[in-house]
Amino acid sequence: MSVPNYLREAPRRQRMEGTRCKGCGAIHFPPRAVCDRCGGRDLEREELSGTGELVAYTVIMYPPKGFENQAPYAIGIVQLKEGVRILSQIADCDPMELREGMRVEIVIRRIREDGGFIEYGYKFRPV
Amino acid sequence: MRGVAIIGIGCTKVGEHWDKSLRDLAVEASLRAMEDAGLYDADYVLVGNMMSGYLQNQEHLGALVADSLGLQGAGAAKVEAACASGGMAVHMGCQLIASGAADSVLVVGAEKMTDATTPEVTKALAMAEDQEYSAYTGASFIGLNALVARAYMKAYGVEPEDMALFSVICHKHALDNEFAQFRFPITVEAVMNSPIVADPLHLLECAGIGDGAAAVLLASLDGARKIADAPVELLASTVSTDKFSLHQRDDLTSFKAARASAEAAFRRAGLRAEDIDVLEVHDASSALGLIALEDLGFAERGKAAELIRDGGIEIGGRIPTNTFGGLKARGHPVGATGVYQIVELTRQLRGEAGKNQVGGAERGYAQNIGGAGTTITAHILGRVD
Repeated sequence: MSVPNYLREAPRRQRMEGTRCKGCGAIHFPPRAVCDRCGGRDLEREELSGTGELVAYTVIMYPPKGFENQAPYAIGIVQLKEGVRILSQIADCDPMELREGMRVEIVIRRIREDGGFIEYGYKFRPV
Repeated sequence: MRGVAIIGIGCTKVGEHWDKSLRDLAVEASLRAMEDAGLYDADYVLVGNMMSGYLQNQEHLGALVADSLGLQGAGAAKVEAACASGGMAVHMGCQLIASGAADSVLVVGAEKMTDATTPEVTKALAMAEDQEYSAYTGASFIGLNALVARAYMKAYGVEPEDMALFSVICHKHALDNEFAQFRFPITVEAVMNSPIVADPLHLLECAGIGDGAAAVLLASLDGARKIADAPVELLASTVSTDKFSLHQRDDLTSFKAARASAEAAFRRAGLRAEDIDVLEVHDASSALGLIALEDLGFAERGKAAELIRDGGIEIGGRIPTNTFGGLKARGHPVGATGVYQIVELTRQLRGEAGKNQVGGAERGYAQNIGGAGTTITAHILGRVD
């Protein structure tokens, strides 16, 4: 990842900035220009709660380049209390103890050091 | 709209071709298809490929392959839709013929993966997902398959052994396929004892890394009757897309784009699932094989395991599936896979499938998936009598 890209994504990575559709009320993450529920184009920025529950999870044993020194690590689909689903690493856990429905919360962590600098962003951890 | 026919097919063996480049593979498959057709010409060359930019630092594949085949002057382009690049290239070829924009189209799918390390290939495959919100987490593609597998198992009480059996049958079908990458039998026990790639998926139920190319020469149905002895008709060619990222969808156990592309294809062909004699599905992992059987209407929701246990997907069964080994055992050179499926169905419909022949096969269906269920193509082929 490049430095400009990292800075551009910071509001999403570090504050969970999404969008809310003024027409139907749907919440999106990442932010959208067009609502994926009603097709509305009148959307406003909204910071999301960062708490929710684990919908599905797995443990990555064979990681992509850039993540070799972290494996094995858990990833999962988190449904935030606003209803939005996001994909995230699940940190601070014994993967054997993860369960669907488990409550999780956002935590800011080191993501990788791919572009010559350290990237920080969201992961989730069991509450 | 004009009818579309397949007048020539060809492919390379899938494997680790250390002595052949991406270009060599594409040329080899293309020349075989043109030799098969007896026509060394094409108005258009479409190259199905996903990763050449990243793995070979090579783009502009359309003109590169056209020139290598001596077809300077032909229209040419690379077609990319992740793992559905091959199916999408066939689909675009069909549009060119059907519309009358071209009278002959060479579609070649090619991918060269084994020059790169496994982490490099894993990263390249993850480029099918959203880089900023999915790949960013360190998710691998098999990891996303694993999320699907876990949700599917939980929803329908499917056991890991039930899923493994799909891959076991694929390996059995590859034994007599000279073009297959993995020509050895495996057992359910061997799958369960193989290393976990991403829980609950094991190594022996996930498609591997391989090089390969497959090609088909398309022509209008009327034109084909003059050139080919036994043309095969493309009765339908459809594509559908879904919400881009897997995690954004409410249901992980079924792919909307699979159902939509199937419905459109069956409607176009005037057929139903019951009318299909041989099936190719996109088993990037065993779980996707089971889900495909259900999404396409060959098994009821949650009942694919029963169909498989009863021998239903074996040659001689109710709906012979992946009769040359599928992604798991024939191999999955990503951008070539969708074209391999069309080559294999054509062999079946021509009665040229050797020991893998499905008796009396008249109609075949191919499903090719790009991303985690994001872009899905459907092709229905029929024998022309």
